[in-house]
Amino acid sequence: MQKITTEQLIEKAAELMNEGKVASVLGWEKGEFGYDVTPGIFGSVDELKAKFVYGDFSAANLSKYLVKKTEMVQGQALVFLKTERKILIFLKPCDSYSFNQLLTEHRFDREKVYAVGVQCDGMVDIEKVKKIAGDGLLSVDTSGNDVVVKTLYNGDMKIAKADVLAERCVNCKSKKHVAYDELLGETGEVIDSNRFDEVERIEKMTPDERFAFWQNELSKCIRCNACRDACPACTCEKCVFDNPKSGVENKSPANSFEEKLFHIIRAYHVAGRCTDCGECSRVCPQNIPLHLLNRKFIKDINEFYGDYQAGAEVGSRAPLVDYTVNDVEPGEVFDRGDENA
Amino acid sequence: MQRIGVFVCWCGSNIAGTVDVKAVAEALKNEPGVVFSTDYQYMCSQAGQDLIKNAVKEHNLTGIVVCSCSPRMHEATFRKTASAAGLNPYMVEIANIREQCSWVHKEMPLGTQKAIILGKAAVAKVNLNTPLTPGESPVTKRALVIGGGIAGIQTALDIADAGFPVDIVEKKPTIGGKMAQLDKTFPTLDCAACILTPKMVDVAQNENIRIFSYSEVEAVKGFVGNFEVKIKKKARFVDETKCTGCGACIEKCPQKKVPNEFNLGMDTRRAIYIPFAQAVPKVATIDPDYCNMLKNGKCGVCTKFCAAGAIDYKQKDEMIEEKYGAIVVATGFEPISMDKFDEFAYSQSKDVITSLEFERLTNAAGPTAGKLLRPSDGKHPEKIVFVQCVGSRCSACAEKGKEYCSKICCMYTAKHAMLTRDKYPDTEVTVFYIDVRTPGKNFDEFQRRAVEEYGVNYIKGMVGKITPEGDKLKVRGSDLIANKQIKIDADLVVLAAAIEPDKSARPLATMLTASMDTNDFFTEAHPKLRPVESPTAGVFLSGTCQGPKDIPETVSQAGAAASKVIGLLQKDKLVGNPCVASSDQLMCNGCSSCERVCPYGAISYEDKDFPGPNRTTKTRRVAVVNPAVCQGCGACTVACPSGAMDLSGFKNTQIMAEVDAICK
Repeated sequence: MQKITTEQLIEKAAELMNEGKVASVLGWEKGEFGYDVTPGIFGSVDELKAKFVYGDFSAANLSKYLVKKTEMVQGQALVFLKTERKILIFLKPCDSYSFNQLLTEHRFDREKVYAVGVQCDGMVDIEKVKKIAGDGLLSVDTSGNDVVVKTLYNGDMKIAKADVLAERCVNCKSKKHVAYDELLGETGEVIDSNRFDEVERIEKMTPDERFAFWQNELSKCIRCNACRDACPACTCEKCVFDNPKSGVENKSPANSFEEKLFHIIRAYHVAGRCTDCGECSRVCPQNIPLHLLNRKFIKDINEFYGDYQAGAEVGSRAPLVDYTVNDVEPGEVFDRGDENA
Repeated sequence: MQRIGVFVCWCGSNIAGTVDVKAVAEALKNEPGVVFSTDYQYMCSQAGQDLIKNAVKEHNLTGIVVCSCSPRMHEATFRKTASAAGLNPYMVEIANIREQCSWVHKEMPLGTQKAIILGKAAVAKVNLNTPLTPGESPVTKRALVIGGGIAGIQTALDIADAGFPVDIVEKKPTIGGKMAQLDKTFPTLDCAACILTPKMVDVAQNENIRIFSYSEVEAVKGFVGNFEVKIKKKARFVDETKCTGCGACIEKCPQKKVPNEFNLGMDTRRAIYIPFAQAVPKVATIDPDYCNMLKNGKCGVCTKFCAAGAIDYKQKDEMIEEKYGAIVVATGFEPISMDKFDEFAYSQSKDVITSLEFERLTNAAGPTAGKLLRPSDGKHPEKIVFVQCVGSRCSACAEKGKEYCSKICCMYTAKHAMLTRDKYPDTEVTVFYIDVRTPGKNFDEFQRRAVEEYGVNYIKGMVGKITPEGDKLKVRGSDLIANKQIKIDADLVVLAAAIEPDKSARPLATMLTASMDTNDFFTEAHPKLRPVESPTAGVFLSGTCQGPKDIPETVSQAGAAASKVIGLLQKDKLVGNPCVASSDQLMCNGCSSCERVCPYGAISYEDKDFPGPNRTTKTRRVAVVNPAVCQGCGACTVACPSGAMDLSGFKNTQIMAEVDAICK
């Protein structure tokens, strides 16, 4: 369960709307089931009361939606230009890193946004619940530190929330909100997590083992593009995978090697810009641990250039697009590649 | 579809010895687009070039692949050949089958195989080449010389003589630099001031030269032919146009305890000062760190005595913006700090001095009016020890010294030793040296004279330790030839300190995007063939900012830099490089990745309107490349996440085609 409740957030949003400070709200919307929460945009207090929810399944990182929602479009009746009112966004700590990273990349106008930081007590991974409770979920609710599950076949059960916490929350990198105008609940500190343990395990594999590992994982990919569409770093006006000029547009995997390239190219494209929010793995319908590719880049960047967290501050110069005289020599990078081969 | 001709060069046996050139020509015949393929002994020769020209006409070629040496060698040659045959020069691709193939492989089959692959890649690229036309940019006919030492003075005089206006920016209140502090100059022993000061006067009187003294370069924008430079003229609190240099203010200034930097702190000056009698411009400067009036508003004596009314306590730093076509760096050197050399007791005894301090001690305008007296007690030293290579050639002690040879120390030490023995024959002079390096016209003769005619003791070996004891300096060293330890009770020790580039050079290099080596010396475009040009177009190097040099060498390099500047400034237009980046604004996110990796500052952003659906307009931030500044390095194309950035002549599609051809 979250310390901050749905009601508190609706109250805050309603207050800002009634004051005329914000015109709309970017938040989380109830779905058919309790665990089925999606990003939503709310234009009125009534809509908020009817559909808004904040709970253990409000995992979606909303920052990315600001790119389209704050676009400067003229010509038609558009709320933004006609009013001084802003869009309200709720940011969990990890979302706030993406928020800053998008600002660094000039992807939205900060002036048009009112950001409310929300305390986060960790999100539940429904896939982990399903693994324990089996099929036929009737309802999933949380109370205290437990997840209460009703199922069709296996009856009702209580599962400790810690056992079904999302991977990115188990390895939470920061409870600190790095951007907000106002805060609901508490903000915490950057956490010295064990998020690179799994990357290290893969690094220790032989090249053949590693190839087999990724071959197995990536062969599950159905190219639904969910990872790209949810990724807050993937906000290109025209994605190379949609661009006929790029030579990789909608390319079907002609062989078992090519099917890996989509994810590898994507990992390269977000390298140095990925905040490790974990949305790619969360939204993957095939449960491919895509975040590990990005984490490998983050780990390497930290080791080569010193610790760097994308989005920790606005305007920071990421090591991959910056040069300092202390930068690691390319030869050293090459040699390390040899060690891991 | 292109009609491509392939020309495989033997380069005598350079290529043909390891690569079966006929097989390469034969194999490339079947590549897509290739309509003609042949080989020849020397493609770069007149006959070879004629062969290409004839083939272009005969086979209606639209593109050319030359399989030969590195494009650095002959790309320009073959581009001219193509031009002469009526083709766009950018329809030529070079496959480097010499440096990257025949010279690195030993076996003919392997070499041939690789040559064919490189040829295929080049053919694949030419298939996607498009004709390119370089742009032109105008040239601002004015040069900037940064640094007013002998290097900067000579460069400025030579440029001005050719009729172009020149500005000298000098951070000190006067031009003249290190040479103005010297006493005599080797190997002819003429007085430094006697040969330098007339040149300083020439500079002052030259109509084409402006001197910005007590000034520093703050910012540099632009590119070759079109630099925009911001110069900060520091407030000297004296109106330069009114001051006559009479010196009345200096005599009356009550603040007498200011260390005199011109004499390296060995005496004092006033808070208002002119560094030396022949300073140019001969204008007083108030030192704001010591002036009572500026510090606490109490004094104002100089105002009372200035007949010209030149004192202005309210003067502010002034910013000057000027455009230049060329920039010459002449920032010079400093002796390294002796603080870390505890073994030589520099900071413990006043009688351990550096060679530059020795110059001031023997200079008639110096603190002792030219009499060689010990700084500690003003007595005449009877035993003097010179130590060479202090901090030079010091690979073991990299944290305090320099690995390189400072080049001038052997000669000036010989000069000091000789002059001392000449003026004070009762003085015993010993020089400790590792090697004596005296190449140069009349240099070795000079050093031999010090030994043979003037009886200077040269001891091969290094001083290990100097300890002040009483009024003596106990010098312990080793004589490597006699293989024994030596102890000398010296009265004065002179350390030939290594020289290093001036501290202002590093930030300046960043502003100019000029490269430096690990010792902070400016790097030349080519160490042998382009020694006075920086790799950054329009930036030239003069004097010791590029490496240790003596005066004759500095002056010749200064003249060489000037001639390069004149060659540039006499052009009305510069032809650019058409292989520059550009952004496809429909795809650009405006994320600034490209701008951050651009080493030349060629990328900026603008808000641009794009038509959207239903008659809407969407305003987005997009990247714009200034083609005149872009050097075509391609860093931006790699950083761009959406692939909006592309480089003409090296399009992403062309490079992918090359890779595909190689991997096929």
